[in-house]
Amino acid sequence: MAFETVIGLEVHAQLSTRSKIFCACSTAFGASPNENTCPVCTGMPGVLPVLNRKAVECAIRTALATSCAVQRRSVFARKNYFYPDLPKAYQISQYELPIALGGHVDIEVDGGTKRIGITRIHMEEDAGKLVHEGEFAGAQASLADLNRCSVPLMEIVSEPDMRTPEEGGAYLRRLHDILVYLGVCDGNMEEGSFRCDANVSVRPVGQAAFGTKAELKNMNSFRNVEKALEYEIRRQVELIEDGGMVVQETRLWDANAGVTVSMRRKEEAHDYRYFPDPDLLPLVVDDAWVEELRATIPEMPAEKIARLGRQYGIPRYDAGILASTRALADFFEASAAIFGGNPKTTANECVHWKDAVLAGTLSPETIAHAVEDRERGTISATASKRLVELVLSTGKPFRALRDEQGLTQLSDASALDLLVDKVLAASPKEVEGYRAGKAGLLSFFVGQVMKESRGKANPKMVQEVLKKKLGPPMV
Amino acid sequence: MANLPVQEWTLLEAARKVREKEISSRELTATILARIEALDPKIHAYITVLPEAAAAQAAACDEEQAKGALRGPFHGVPIGLKDIFCTRGVRTTCGSRILRDFLPPYDACVTEKVLAAGAVVTGKHNMDEFAMGSSTETSFFGATRNPWDVSRIPGGSSGGTAAAVAAAMCFAGVGTDTGGSIRQPASLCGVVGVKPTYGRVSRYGMVAFASSLDQGGPIARTVADAAALLGVIAGYDRRDSTCVDIPVPDYHAAAERPVKGLRVGLPKEYYEGGGLSSEVRAAVEKALKALTDQGAEVVDVSLPHTSFALSTYYLIAPAEASSNLARYDGVRYGHRAEGASGLIEMMSRTRAEGFGDEVKRRIMIGTYALSAGYYDAFYGKAQKVRTLIRDDFTKAFEAADVLLTPTAPTPAFRLGEKTGNPLTMYLSDIYTIPCNLAGIPGISVPCGFSAEGLPIGAQLLANSFREETLFTAAGAIERALPVRRVAPLGG
Repeated sequence: MAFETVIGLEVHAQLSTRSKIFCACSTAFGASPNENTCPVCTGMPGVLPVLNRKAVECAIRTALATSCAVQRRSVFARKNYFYPDLPKAYQISQYELPIALGGHVDIEVDGGTKRIGITRIHMEEDAGKLVHEGEFAGAQASLADLNRCSVPLMEIVSEPDMRTPEEGGAYLRRLHDILVYLGVCDGNMEEGSFRCDANVSVRPVGQAAFGTKAELKNMNSFRNVEKALEYEIRRQVELIEDGGMVVQETRLWDANAGVTVSMRRKEEAHDYRYFPDPDLLPLVVDDAWVEELRATIPEMPAEKIARLGRQYGIPRYDAGILASTRALADFFEASAAIFGGNPKTTANECVHWKDAVLAGTLSPETIAHAVEDRERGTISATASKRLVELVLSTGKPFRALRDEQGLTQLSDASALDLLVDKVLAASPKEVEGYRAGKAGLLSFFVGQVMKESRGKANPKMVQEVLKKKLGPPMV
Repeated sequence: MANLPVQEWTLLEAARKVREKEISSRELTATILARIEALDPKIHAYITVLPEAAAAQAAACDEEQAKGALRGPFHGVPIGLKDIFCTRGVRTTCGSRILRDFLPPYDACVTEKVLAAGAVVTGKHNMDEFAMGSSTETSFFGATRNPWDVSRIPGGSSGGTAAAVAAAMCFAGVGTDTGGSIRQPASLCGVVGVKPTYGRVSRYGMVAFASSLDQGGPIARTVADAAALLGVIAGYDRRDSTCVDIPVPDYHAAAERPVKGLRVGLPKEYYEGGGLSSEVRAAVEKALKALTDQGAEVVDVSLPHTSFALSTYYLIAPAEASSNLARYDGVRYGHRAEGASGLIEMMSRTRAEGFGDEVKRRIMIGTYALSAGYYDAFYGKAQKVRTLIRDDFTKAFEAADVLLTPTAPTPAFRLGEKTGNPLTMYLSDIYTIPCNLAGIPGISVPCGFSAEGLPIGAQLLANSFREETLFTAAGAIERALPVRRVAPLGG
């Protein structure tokens, strides 16, 4: 029997605000335990939450960038459960009435485009974390670090529109790029700024109803999400083929073992007793605010790829690499604006020096000058690479280094004429051989001229002069 | 020892005497502290008395005044706080074992404002545990007694504050009112208590019982004192998202305005039914006559959903409480059970040991009302009825400026009389609860005594943010019916 997979993804993204969602504490990563806390985020008696406007703006901008309908009225609810990392014993989270509904993201699969629906986007606060002394089982003590309590999160829930792990991965990467482009999330998966849970089920091809789903958690990289999905799909198909039934449950991905493990069954699910948080008024968003934020939405990855191809005539593949990071694409455009020669060369250089570009150690001028000097024949490709490396190690300007190092190419026609004449005069046998039909000897002459010029001659021009002087080989 | 006749002075008179240097804050504070020492063993209005801190505050007030500086309108005058308002470094128990030793790291907004007004804080008043009760008998620290008859309860949950004010163990206090917890004890102790409009006084730092109903307000011996104190504690606070940003009017001035032409509505549902004692009815009628004698008009109004108020309240308030009180789990502060072998046992035993019966009862009711499958039938429906109750008031205030009703169905009952049956206890708040559900302001003002000499209060209700109307009407009743302001025990 052939099976079809159905995948829906829930992404938790930490919003890039300086302060927490309901108090003024810092959201900075890496502070010492409980340094970034106050009476509000530690749930002292009598404290009240006050909503962070910047967090709302991040959510609205995400909604606009994913074509969601921003809800004019949304409501924060309390999700009640006891756990030592949750000091109020409830998490404030939008529930029935979220900030945004009904959007989509387009992904590229098999050379085409597929639209993945977004069900909803809602805001919520993060919980703290527990640190166990000794082994988890039989730990001597558990310590609570509440720095993450009330750090603003946004949950983006997709429709069950994906059919393969690759589609899931493509959707995640595209969504990740969008959030980072917007600047609403730093996208750091290792620090947990961008987390994903997956709902996955299988059904016989042709069946309309969904199969029973499992929820996968604990996948901290794109690759792990794909691997976990692959494993889980195989597990479910094998289970059904062996006459078993998939049960609704939450499963944890064990990256080391490469398997998913049951965490809790549906019947063990909590009753969170959601109800609207009486400490917060309904969040009302007016049109003027939405329009103000719409004006701040930058070009999104898909649009950027298309435009880069159109505007600069570079291949789609190159445009895709450039647009994978907003900073890289911006760098490319800045370089191309300084020297507009061949954008394809500029694109190659940007991709080649990507790490330095993203680290902020290269300026667009450097790449523009490198490309321009090569195109004009002033320097060789080898010299160009060497010079960029020197820029990185010394911090001096590209052209100052070029002149200082004497790496300028010999492109003066009369000087080259003299060199070529000298080489031809010194190699009469080879000249004869070439003229007799040994076309391959051309590279010998080029090499001799380069040697004579101590590497400074422009090889392209040398070739042209040689061809002119030697005349066409006889066949 | 200082022995000033403080029981004869109002808050405003005491403040004037200090301001005009007739007396020092030291003398005034020492007298109040001496009264607490002498009387409180019989009344038990205080959970925590702050003799050293109060004396030091008084001394500082006197020194500053000698240099020509006054902190505010209550410079150097002793005022108490219900033990529900957080006080930095001063234990705040909420009447519960679970917070028996809790030292807040911050001051409530009300605490800040009372201090900024120059008041000397005498201590923290006894209360029903987490403000759940109508008699102050559910306090972990023991019941408070009514200064008019120590065999009786003072009402609740702000019973400690009402009793302390009635016995002149402070010039005024700030209590909280979720379903009548300021007005009912004020009525039973013969003092004035105000439940302001929801959003008028910041809830920041006020330990939450039912967030959508809780509101802090003054308890004082006169209408003018209550008005002046509300003027100090009211106002916008950005730390409370439900606090409303509208100017605070001169409440004190409103207490002296004439009532001529004021339309006084009598909601018929509050006078029907068998629970209302004839003595209370007669006293409220005297209050009505006082108003009409001064030119007020009487209109009949109806609040048809009144009979649903109690059951609506006992779904919404416990539901919110079940969530608000979940944070007391023994992890970060407060009581923690000893010797538990694991997390769940630690939390369960902490809560089993830390909470009293009434609090547990309400947590269970509230947890049930919010549970999957029951939410719509209970909490969801209660919210709809709440809207109908609010609409009733909106309609009534088209015909009337103020509504006059009894505050409580009976005068103070005896200790232990209703502890065995929670439902009869809940009925003590039958006239005060609808006001909280609607979010409107209410006041209880003394209007007479029972044959046994127990105080009786009349309740006035006004539309949202019309506290001025309440003070105008209550001031007129107070002027016409001068009742003894201090309980005999304190006299």
